[in-house]
Amino acid sequence: MTDVVSAPATSRKDWATDQEVRWCPGCGDYSILAAMQFLLPELGVARENTVFVSGIGCAARFPYYMNTYGMHSIHGRAPAIATGLAISRPDLDVWVVSGDGDALSIGGNHLLHALRRNVNLTILMFNNQIYGLTKGQFSPTSEVGKVTKSSPFGSLDRPFNPLSVAIGAEATFVARTHDMDRKHMMETFRRAHDHKGAAFVEIFQNCNVFNDGAFEHLTGRDQRAEMLIPLRHGEPIRFGADNQRGVMMGADGALKVVDVASVGEEALLVHDETRPDPGVAFLLSRLSGGVDEPTPIGVLRDVEAPDYGALMASQLEEVRRRKGEGDLAALLRSGITWEVDGRSPAAASGGE
Amino acid sequence: MSSTLERPPRRTARLDQVVVRFAGDSGDGMQVTGDRFTTGSALFGNDLATLPNFPAEIRAPAGTLAGVSAFQVHIADHDITTPGDSPTVLVAMNPAALRANVGDLASGGTVILNSDAFDERALDKAGYASDPRSDGSLSAFAVYEVKMTSLTLEAVKPVGARPRDAERSKNFFALGLISWLFSRPIEPTLAWIAERYAARPAVVEANTLAFKAGWNFGETAELFESAYEVPASKLDPGTYTNVTGNTALAWGLIAASVRSGLPLFLGSYPITPASDLLHELAKHKHFGVRTFQAEDEIAGAGAALGAAFGGSLAVTTTSGPGVDLKSETIGLAVSLELPLIVVDVQRGGPSTGLPTKTEQADLLHAMYGRHGEAPVPIVAARTPADCFAAAIEAARLAVTYRTPVFLLTDGYLANGSEPWRLPEVASLPVIEPGLAVAPNHVGADGEEQFWPYLRDEATLARPWALPGTPGLEHRIGGLEKSDGPGNVSYDPANHERMVRLRAAKIAGIAGAIPQVEVDDPDGAGLLVLGWGSTYGTIVAAVRSLRAQGQRVARAHLSHLNPFPADLGEVLGRYAKVLIPEVNLGQLSRLVRAEYLIDAASLTKVQGTPFKVSEIEDAASALLKEIEQ
Ligand SMILES: Cc1ncc(C[n+]2csc(CCOP(=O)(O)OP(=O)(O)O)c2C)c(N)n1
Ligand code: SF4
Ligand SMILES: [Mg+2]
Repeated sequence: MTDVVSAPATSRKDWATDQEVRWCPGCGDYSILAAMQFLLPELGVARENTVFVSGIGCAARFPYYMNTYGMHSIHGRAPAIATGLAISRPDLDVWVVSGDGDALSIGGNHLLHALRRNVNLTILMFNNQIYGLTKGQFSPTSEVGKVTKSSPFGSLDRPFNPLSVAIGAEATFVARTHDMDRKHMMETFRRAHDHKGAAFVEIFQNCNVFNDGAFEHLTGRDQRAEMLIPLRHGEPIRFGADNQRGVMMGADGALKVVDVASVGEEALLVHDETRPDPGVAFLLSRLSGGVDEPTPIGVLRDVEAPDYGALMASQLEEVRRRKGEGDLAALLRSGITWEVDGRSPAAASGGE
Repeated sequence: MSSTLERPPRRTARLDQVVVRFAGDSGDGMQVTGDRFTTGSALFGNDLATLPNFPAEIRAPAGTLAGVSAFQVHIADHDITTPGDSPTVLVAMNPAALRANVGDLASGGTVILNSDAFDERALDKAGYASDPRSDGSLSAFAVYEVKMTSLTLEAVKPVGARPRDAERSKNFFALGLISWLFSRPIEPTLAWIAERYAARPAVVEANTLAFKAGWNFGETAELFESAYEVPASKLDPGTYTNVTGNTALAWGLIAASVRSGLPLFLGSYPITPASDLLHELAKHKHFGVRTFQAEDEIAGAGAALGAAFGGSLAVTTTSGPGVDLKSETIGLAVSLELPLIVVDVQRGGPSTGLPTKTEQADLLHAMYGRHGEAPVPIVAARTPADCFAAAIEAARLAVTYRTPVFLLTDGYLANGSEPWRLPEVASLPVIEPGLAVAPNHVGADGEEQFWPYLRDEATLARPWALPGTPGLEHRIGGLEKSDGPGNVSYDPANHERMVRLRAAKIAGIAGAIPQVEVDDPDGAGLLVLGWGSTYGTIVAAVRSLRAQGQRVARAHLSHLNPFPADLGEVLGRYAKVLIPEVNLGQLSRLVRAEYLIDAASLTKVQGTPFKVSEIEDAASALLKEIEQ
């Protein structure tokens, strides 16, 4: 963050619009919005250079509440739209806000490709494991057997693990946080924002109307210590009220949760966000099979790779250097041309 | 050898025009051959028009009808507007090429065939029960049999290539022969061969030898009575080049970028026959052109729209199936009121249809293919070179009115070419982006505000404020917005007002486009009204009718939505209106609905343009009705 042109100091209210926030009372989206509005003044960025692009869903209403530039677009397409904006305007901070249906169902393809290309976007996926806005159908992150209006006998779909999907697409920054911990959200968003390239953040978000308590086992105040595994770069992965549990890699190459007392601290996996190979990050994303099992939060992966918009800009510069600034009159004459003077027929000249 | 080449043919007969069709296997290089003959003719000063016709498969099985690729070129000593109804000369490299094309040949026409390719297997593959050369089926034509394969092999022997490779030069033998027959200059072709294959000297040598052998064969074989000459056409003075519609369109977009000062952004996904737009624009990064090959058409349109939000001149290019996918994004652009150029290079549909063939059947799709009341302007190019001006016009409307604009061309325009008198850059229209730079409203509290939907009174366009502009932060989206402030609004009266405002904005464009240009020298009772690529054929048909003493008027629409303001009045002046279209009558439906006139519809959907005679016949029939 050395190259930031100092923007005028702002406070939380500078980043809020005058529009009435219309999520259901008690919705986890409120706390995510608050975390963002608290964070942005700290980032020292300018409102005019910040853009929120969203798709459709409850989560996707987010841009209306941020006093920045914003676009509430169409279902699933935000990563594509934001890609066009980010690569044509590398000077902007572009955020994408999306729900689990928006990002992984209708927009799954765009998400994969934005991550694969490493477009300079900060993508936040509010995962409530349900379609909120359409009043409660199962989503691509809902658990098997979920009973909803569209699955009265239980859903047959096997869910996506969003972090596995992102890591599978070789996203260069992948993290998870949750709506019950503002500090953790702010820290995770900050890291995601500072990352050059595509950053993907899954946020466990409670939809108290259609899927209340989906993450209660994990994020409840009394559960967190035993159920969330905080990842800290360079440190052995430990958790529990007394840090008594940890994560180690077994002889079979799989990760497992262990009692530190029985294996010793040296046996624990030391978290390294920067491993170029996504393999271990992928294993970490698979450590938990659901909300009943201890689940890692924090940054799983943060590696450097050229960002797509910057590559495109430098290719433009390179071609300009080689060919010189484009000249329209010369372009029109770049094929074979000939003169007609009204008398003699042809005087040809070859072009480029 | 070169001395032979420089000697002019012994006898030449003058022709005012000729239509040559080169036909062979997809792998035979017929498109290259046709293209080189065209360039040679352009340099010579002929007016010309071309019609490439190739299969959807890259390499359909050799020798089959499905694999036949053809290129037709019409050259003349006068102004022409079509690639010709029927070829007068057919060059057929194998039996399949003959069988697939001979039906189009004008009676009395000339067939030049590669007799080496007419063995039993090849005849069989082409579906010939007997050899057409001897069964009398070609009796209406002058048939010349030339052993092109063996003559080529003989000619390129010095190169020492394997026969299979050597044989590949036979299209240059054919080109040499036809170049001799029509007295085309040879130097430009030799120079082109040298440059094109520079990386492979053996290929340069083989193609050069084959080309010269073909020329010399014409000169010495005494097979042909005489060579022909099609003198140069009297074109307006100026600098000319030969362009295809796709190239002209790509250049038009670059010109619009230069003349608006807005960087060009293309979001696209490959699809025939639109891919060449992506290919062409990708070459010109030194104009600041960003080309983004997206994961699909939805993303292509989406990325373009995102770039439009950021201040680019945003374009998405595709063909019919891609338009289907882009529809939701175009609807969003209608709601966001951001400039977006949507190029639809129409091809035969529905679905995958006839991917490499032409059709004009997406007009109603462009007009109505979105949910809700979502009007967009539609511009259509009429000739390959006109794609340049049409692109600039589409950009002008998009930017001025902050709206998505459909630009319709088709496979025929995209791949066809014609000589184009180059415009002076300074004469091209200037496009004013008129970006918002300051607040435009004072709130009740006396604070300055920016209202993203406070419209310009004249155009009804909303302000375009780019991210990065301090003080103009705002949110837009697909939810209905309040008139003025642009906040989300579910108010019923506001929705109706916004629907009507968006419609009025597009309808108002009629005041900013030219009136209908009617070509009616003798006060006719019949008007032939066209749009898009039927232009050349209609012009030729009308000329021909007038030459026969008939009175026919003609007008062509470049703007399909809105129509020019005086169109209704113009149509009302005629007893009969004929609308030829390569679809089942889409413009005629619009015209009937809009003006309540009983327009006659002439339609054809065979993946090819109309023939001049088809339009002539339909017009003649109506003229007879008028007389009665
Ligand atoms: C093309 C299209 N299909 C369907 C919808 C209806 N729709 C709106 S939001 C939504 C699902 C939203 O779920 P999610 O993305 O998880 O967001 P949430 O509401 O849970 O925050 C659906 C199906 C739509 N708006 N557009
Ligand atoms: S439906 Fe659920 S996700 Fe949507 S606003 Fe209400 S509580 Fe939040
Ligand atoms: Mg959801």
